[in-house]
Amino acid sequence: MTLDTDPGVAPQEEKLEMAADLTAAKEVAATDIPPELVAQSFGGYLRAWMARIRSGDSGVLPVLLGLIGITIVFEIISPNNVFLNTGNLVNLFQQSAVFMVLGMAEIFVLLLGEIDLSVGYVGAVGGAIAIQLVQPVTINLPWWLAIAFALVVCALIGAGMGFLITRLRLPSFVVTLAGYLIFNGVLLIILLLGPFSGYPTLCTSSCSGAQNNSHIIYQLMWGTIDPTVSWIGLAVIVALFGGSMWWRDSKRRRSGLVAPPPSLTFLKIALIAVIGVVLLLICNANRGRGVVQVVGVPWVIPIVLALLVVWMVLLERTRFGRYVYAVGGNPEAARRAGVNVNRVRTLAFALCSATAGIAGLLYAANQGGLSNNVNGGQLVLYAVAAAVIGGTSLFGGRGRALHGVLGGLVIGAIYNGLYLLGLAAQYQFIATGIVLLVAVTVDALSRRGAATGARA
Amino acid sequence: MSNGDDGSRPAQGAPGPPSPAPTASSATPLLRLRGIEKHFGAVQALYGVNLDLPAGAITCLVGDNGAGKSVLTRTISGIHQPDKGEVFWEGRPVHIRSPRDASRLGIETVYQDLALADNLDIVQNMFLGRERTRRGLLDEDSMEHTAKETLASLRVTTVRSIRQPVVSLSGGQRQSVAVAKAVMWNSKLVLLDEPTAALGVVQTAQVLALVRRLRDRGLGVMMISHNLNDVFEVADRIAVMYLGRIVAEKPASELDRQTTVQYMTTGGELYIAERQAALGA
Repeated sequence: MTLDTDPGVAPQEEKLEMAADLTAAKEVAATDIPPELVAQSFGGYLRAWMARIRSGDSGVLPVLLGLIGITIVFEIISPNNVFLNTGNLVNLFQQSAVFMVLGMAEIFVLLLGEIDLSVGYVGAVGGAIAIQLVQPVTINLPWWLAIAFALVVCALIGAGMGFLITRLRLPSFVVTLAGYLIFNGVLLIILLLGPFSGYPTLCTSSCSGAQNNSHIIYQLMWGTIDPTVSWIGLAVIVALFGGSMWWRDSKRRRSGLVAPPPSLTFLKIALIAVIGVVLLLICNANRGRGVVQVVGVPWVIPIVLALLVVWMVLLERTRFGRYVYAVGGNPEAARRAGVNVNRVRTLAFALCSATAGIAGLLYAANQGGLSNNVNGGQLVLYAVAAAVIGGTSLFGGRGRALHGVLGGLVIGAIYNGLYLLGLAAQYQFIATGIVLLVAVTVDALSRRGAATGARA
Repeated sequence: MSNGDDGSRPAQGAPGPPSPAPTASSATPLLRLRGIEKHFGAVQALYGVNLDLPAGAITCLVGDNGAGKSVLTRTISGIHQPDKGEVFWEGRPVHIRSPRDASRLGIETVYQDLALADNLDIVQNMFLGRERTRRGLLDEDSMEHTAKETLASLRVTTVRSIRQPVVSLSGGQRQSVAVAKAVMWNSKLVLLDEPTAALGVVQTAQVLALVRRLRDRGLGVMMISHNLNDVFEVADRIAVMYLGRIVAEKPASELDRQTTVQYMTTGGELYIAERQAALGA
């Protein structure tokens, strides 16, 4: 979605500057920060970016390269080159959605340097609650109320685990491992409630009025947006988003703050527009087989993207988000700065579980119901893998919501590509494991690179 | 103990060359400690400590390991509460019960282990815990402006961009950021705990220059240091601690390295006299 565009700075030139500073300190004029140090041209920006990648802070570059690599490989080796078919790509987005959202959930706690092993089953509990609440023969709650209730329950579960972790100082690994087991059990109990013998379903087609609420939850994944509406929507979003971005960057440039050059701002907006157009072209092409025409953007795509935007704003533009990073980077510094570290931790666990609840809903919608087949253990591993593959550090303090989406896409692509090849689950596990190893290696190496490069 | 009149207490506050308001600051020091005692269980850490920290002067607190420098610093910054004794802030008696109380008075502490979050950039670190917001979102522009002005006014000019993460800074730069962070909040007294420990020669020079700039702005500075080179380079006044007592508190011009070391290692005349008295009794 975006280039990582902080005016990256390489530590290489530090020695030189330090030597210069001996004289600089004696200068009488109160010098400002030297303007040449803040790249103002596109070329300068590119150089700063390259320098930052060399210094170990590679941002989303590895995962983007990985995605391109995976795409090329699967397109070549998939039978009849179906990988890049529009139908398969839409399918790929839908399959990846659960991984993406779970990855975003896990990032909240990974940023703190903690881990949540329960996201898979807590999410499934959220999905199961929502499904049970919209069953026409039993409760038949309005769909939005059912979803809200399910997410609140998930948030409370997360807050409870966060409470144990912060107040009793229990390790998050153990508390959430207990949560993994407990909520696996709770899930089975919820599934057995009501007259569905452990397999409550959603109404998938030809639904009557009473089944409306059930159908709407199914449509979260499978419903599509009218092509015309989607084009208008894209135009509005790009205009609003690009406009505000342009306005903000040019305001910062005018007042002499650190800001990318206009060309880069323009490039970012253009990139978002291009991605949007390509996405819509893919989704609005007919992907139906035979006489049935299937077109339109599945609702799940705007849902995931909206979640991404909300979580990015929360993490990168609010006080709470800033504190999450601070606690992950140096809890003692945060505490001394007056941050209520326990509250931030507890809230992060609550948000993680609530986000997992959204993933559970999408999972249930994708399956058209829930059964005891939910493999929460595998889901949580994919969640952590998605976050780490995307570029979030396991050691806390580094990561973005975007990483969950990109990493989820990688996992979805592996899953999808190997399925197309007719390779069964075992190869999918192996391939995902290898990708995860590569991602963790990149993370560890870049950390080491940053540490040695900076102090030298 | 006999800290009533040992004759070593300086009459004047700031004898250093650029003392902005000599009469006022020497009359009522920014912070005045009288008879501060602190013990942890059976261990007495501070014995009747008297100390004046005037504005516009650098007071260096020196002493061997375990002399009580850090306990004294933490008492001033509100982490410990004294068991006995009085604290006067600008002449008024005060009780500093928490670090928050200390910042409210205008006392900021720069800790030895820095208290910066490596993964945040300079602006984010300087405003950590006191972020400015507009309509619920962080007001990055205004924070960046202020941070930039503060750094410029302290002439911390070596950082390439105030948007670079602290992890990419050198030790001296990090220390400078930590000091600038302390100064930004209209503080009047800055406590520096070993600001030059683990720094190279050039970086130490940077930080010491920064400390002098704080004094020239009229701030009170208390600097703890093990390094007598640094102490004699910047100190206007030197206070020597020995086994929980202040055994000397003099203008730097009245002390030389040898005497200071003597105070640090033996407690000086005060302690020797005391011991002789005890032995004689």
